[in-house]
Amino acid sequence: MYKFYLILFISGLSSTILRAQTKVSGKVTDKKNHPLQGVNISIKDSYDGATSAADGTFSFTTDATGEQSIIFSLNAFQTQEQKVNLSGPLTLNIILRNDISQLKIVTISAGSIEASSEKNNTVLKPLDIVTTGGAMADIVSALKTLPGTQQTNDREGLFVRGGTGYETQTFIDGLLVRNPFYSGLPDMPGRGRFSPFLFKGTTFSSGGYSAQYGQGLSSALVLESQDLPDRSSYSLGVSPIGFSGGLDELSKDKKGSFGIEADYTNLGPYLNVIKPKFEPSVNPEIIGTSANFRRKTSKTGMLKFYGYSNWTHMGSIRPSFEYEGGKELFEMKNQNVYTNLSYKELLGNDWKINAGVSFSTNTDRITLDTMPKNPDPLKIHNLSQLAQSRVMLTKNIGNFSALRFGGEYQYAVENAEYNGYKANYTDNYSAAFAEGDIYITPQFVGRVGGRMEYSSKIGKMNLAPRVSLAYKLDQNSQVSLAYGDYYQKPEQQYLRFKPDLDYMKATHYIASFQRVANNYTLRVEAFYKKYHNLVKTSPDTATNGTGYAKGIELFWRDRKSVKNLDYWVSYSYLDTKRNYLTYPYEVQPDFAAKHTFSVVTKYYISSITTNIGLTYSFATGRPYYNPNLPVSEFMSQKTIDYNSVGLSVSYLTAIRKAFTIFILSVNNVGNFKQVYGYHYSTDALRREAITPNIPRFIYLGMFMSFGIDRRQETIDNL
Amino acid sequence: MMKTFVLSFCLLVTTFSMTFAQSAQYQGAMAKQIALLDDPANHGPEKMQEIANTFERIAAAEKTQWLPYYYAAYCYVMNALMEKDKSKVDAIDDKAQNAILQADGLSPKNDEIYCIRSLIATARIGVDPQTRGMQFGSEAATWLAQAAQINKDNPRVDLLQGQSLYYTPEQFGGSKEKAKEKFEIALKKFAAFKPASEIAPHWGEEYTRQLLAK
Repeated sequence: MYKFYLILFISGLSSTILRAQTKVSGKVTDKKNHPLQGVNISIKDSYDGATSAADGTFSFTTDATGEQSIIFSLNAFQTQEQKVNLSGPLTLNIILRNDISQLKIVTISAGSIEASSEKNNTVLKPLDIVTTGGAMADIVSALKTLPGTQQTNDREGLFVRGGTGYETQTFIDGLLVRNPFYSGLPDMPGRGRFSPFLFKGTTFSSGGYSAQYGQGLSSALVLESQDLPDRSSYSLGVSPIGFSGGLDELSKDKKGSFGIEADYTNLGPYLNVIKPKFEPSVNPEIIGTSANFRRKTSKTGMLKFYGYSNWTHMGSIRPSFEYEGGKELFEMKNQNVYTNLSYKELLGNDWKINAGVSFSTNTDRITLDTMPKNPDPLKIHNLSQLAQSRVMLTKNIGNFSALRFGGEYQYAVENAEYNGYKANYTDNYSAAFAEGDIYITPQFVGRVGGRMEYSSKIGKMNLAPRVSLAYKLDQNSQVSLAYGDYYQKPEQQYLRFKPDLDYMKATHYIASFQRVANNYTLRVEAFYKKYHNLVKTSPDTATNGTGYAKGIELFWRDRKSVKNLDYWVSYSYLDTKRNYLTYPYEVQPDFAAKHTFSVVTKYYISSITTNIGLTYSFATGRPYYNPNLPVSEFMSQKTIDYNSVGLSVSYLTAIRKAFTIFILSVNNVGNFKQVYGYHYSTDALRREAITPNIPRFIYLGMFMSFGIDRRQETIDNL
Repeated sequence: MMKTFVLSFCLLVTTFSMTFAQSAQYQGAMAKQIALLDDPANHGPEKMQEIANTFERIAAAEKTQWLPYYYAAYCYVMNALMEKDKSKVDAIDDKAQNAILQADGLSPKNDEIYCIRSLIATARIGVDPQTRGMQFGSEAATWLAQAAQINKDNPRVDLLQGQSLYYTPEQFGGSKEKAKEKFEIALKKFAAFKPASEIAPHWGEEYTRQLLAK
C-alpha cells in the first residue's frame, strides 16, 4: 500500500519534469523585411522562450502544449501576441510593426530655434547661452549669433529679418514683458534684464510663430522659467564692478521653494581706469533685487511667482553738435518692477490649463541739458505700466494632436511728461486665439490657427491667420512651411499723439529644412516678409509705410568632428527695403546689413576644467543718412564692415565646499573699429561716427554656489 | 487510521513537492541566468539583452518575484552605461527604469533596488554631463544615501559611492583618495556579506578590486 502511494507520488513528481518537448523556431523581421535582433519571444506565463539573433532567427523548446500565446516584444515596436496550438514542431515568421509612439515625431519648427534642457534634439541647450564667447551672459547677445539676427549693438533689442528691435517681443511663461531691456543712453543700449539662469527653456522665433503670441511683427522670444531647484543653495558673486548674493531654498517636502537675490553694480571705478569715449555724468549704478516662489500644488500642478525690482542711475556728457565748444548732458534714473504669477495643471481627460497674471511698471526720469548754454534743462518723465492676465486651455487629442485656445487681456498705462507738458494715454487690449496641431500621420503635422485682437486706443479689431506644416523625411530630417499675419500697435511715441493710427502688419512666408542628429545640426531657411501700414512721420504721421524683407539663412553646428570642440556657424543673407518714418521711398534701412556671419566655438579642456568660448561676428556695412546728398541718393552710403571677436573663459573649481566659477569675458578682443552709422548736425556741416562708448569691455567675475545638502533630512522624512 | 494518515501525508508531500518543483524551477532558471551574468564573457550588449529578455520572461510568468525585474533592470542599466552612442542611452535607460519600478512595486524600500536606481540616474548623466550633471548626480547620490539608510552593511552602496567619487572631477566634489577609502570599506563588507539566497544580488566584489587596482 505504501509502495502504491510512493509510486503515485514519484510518478506525480516526475510528470512535472518529463513532459513532451515541442520545438518552436522562426524569424522576426520588420515591415521592410529587415531582420530584428533582440526580440524577446516568450510563451505567455512561462519561462520558455528565446531572444532573436542578429539574423532575426530564434529557436527554443517548450513543454507547454495545446492552445498557447506566444509574445514577441522589442523596444520601439508594437508587442505582438500570436495564438498557436502546440502539438508538434512549429515555425513562425513574424513581422513586427513600428510602435508609432516611440518613433520620433515631427514637430513644428519653421522659424524657431529652441534651447531646452528637457527635450532632446533641440538646437541649443540653456548652457549654450551662458557660454557663448563675448555674450556676457546676456540672452539677446547670445541670440545675435543665430541666423536671422542683426549686429545692431547701437540700438536696443533684437533686430530680426529686416525688422526693428520693437518688432521683437519677449514673453515669460506666456506673458508679454513690456520692458525686457535696461533703459540705456543714446547709442548705448541696455542689455537684457533677465538672467539666462532663470529659464529652463528659450525659444527664439524669427517668424511664423504660433497664434499664442501676438504684438510682434517680426519675432518672439519665448522664455520658460525654471521649476523647482534640485536642492537648496546659496550663491555669491564678486567682480570689480559689483557683487551679488542669493539663496534658493527647497522645502523639506521637496514640493516648494523660494529664493531671493540682490545685486549691486557700480561702473564708476572701472570707467575711471578705461576712459570711455563719453565722460560719465555720474557713476553708473544698478541696484537689483528679485524674489521667487514655486509650489507644486499637486502631482501635476505648479504655481510660480517671480518678482523683480531694479533701480539704475547713469548719464553721459558729450561734446555738443549744435554749439561749438558746448556739451550735452543726458542723465537718466530708471525704476523697474516686474512680477509674474503663473499656474499650470492637468485637468484630467487630456485637458491642461496654463494661466498667468503679470504686472510691471517702468519709470524713466531723463534730464537733458546743453552746457554751458542757459536754457533750463529739459525734464522728461516717462511711465509705462502693464497689467495683464492670460488663460490657455489645451486639449490633447489622440496620441499627438492637440487643440489650444485661450485669451488674454492687457491694461497699459503710457504716461509721458515733457517739461510739465503731459501726453498720457491708456489702452485696453484683448486677444483671443485658437489653434490646432493636427497630426495627419506622426510624420506630417499641420498647425492651423488664428488670433483676434482689439486695442481700445486704435479702436479696431484685427484677425491674424497662422498656418504651419512640417513633414519628417527620416529620423533626423524635416521640412517645414509657415505662413502667418502679424499685427502690432505702433510705438507709444507715435500712438500717443495720433490716436487714429492703424495696426502695423507683416505677412510671413517661410520654408525650412532641418536636420538634427546627435552631434550635428544643419538648418536652411528661406523667408519672405511683406510689411504693410508701417508708421510714417513725414509728411504726416500715418500708418501708410510699406516694406519687404527676404533672405536665406544657414546654420551648422558640429559637436563631434574635433574632440572637445563644439562650434556653430550662422550666415544670414538679407534683402530688405522699407519706406517708414522720414524715408522718402523704399530703401534698405539703416539697421539692416546684407550679409551677417557668426562663428561660435566652445572648447572644453577637461584637465583644467576650463571652458573657452570664442565668437567671431561679421556684418557688411549698414546704410546711413547723409543730409548733404540729394533725395535720390537717400541712404546710399554705407558704413565700414563690422567685425567683432568675443572671448569668454570660465574656470570651474571648488573652494572648500563651494562650487566656484571664475569668468573672464572680453568683447571685441581684436579692438576692431566698429562704426554703426553717423550723426549729422542740423546744418549738416558736422558729423560724428556712432561707435561703441567702450570699444572693448573686459569683465572678470567670480561666482560661488554653496549647496545645502538635505539628503539626510530627506531620508529622515521617508 | 494509518491509511488515512499515510494518504494525507503523501498528499501533503505531493502538494509540497509541486510547489517545491515550481520554486526549484524558478531558483534553477534564475541561478542559470545569474551565472551567465557573473561571467565577464557575457558582458556584451547583445548577450546582456538576451539575459535581460530571459529575466523579463521569468518576471512576467512569476508576477510576484522582484528579483527577475531587478536583474532585468541590472542588465539594461549595464548596457546603458556601456553604450557609446549617447543618443541611444536614454531609451535603454528607460527600459531599466520600467523594470526597476516593477521591482520596487513588489519590494518597496529595498536597498538593492535603490542601488540600481542610482545607477540609472548615473547613466543619464553621461548623455550630457554639463546640462545633466547637477540634477542626476544629486539623484544618484540620494538613492545611495537612502540605500545605506536601509542597510548599512550593503557593500554595493559603498562600491557605487566610491565609483561616483572616482569618476567625478575634483572640482565637483570628486576625490580618488576618498574613492579608494570607499572601495576598501566595500571590500570589507563584501567579505562579511551573506546574500539572502543563491539568487540574491551579490555582484560587485571583483569590480571593486579592479577599481581599487587602478
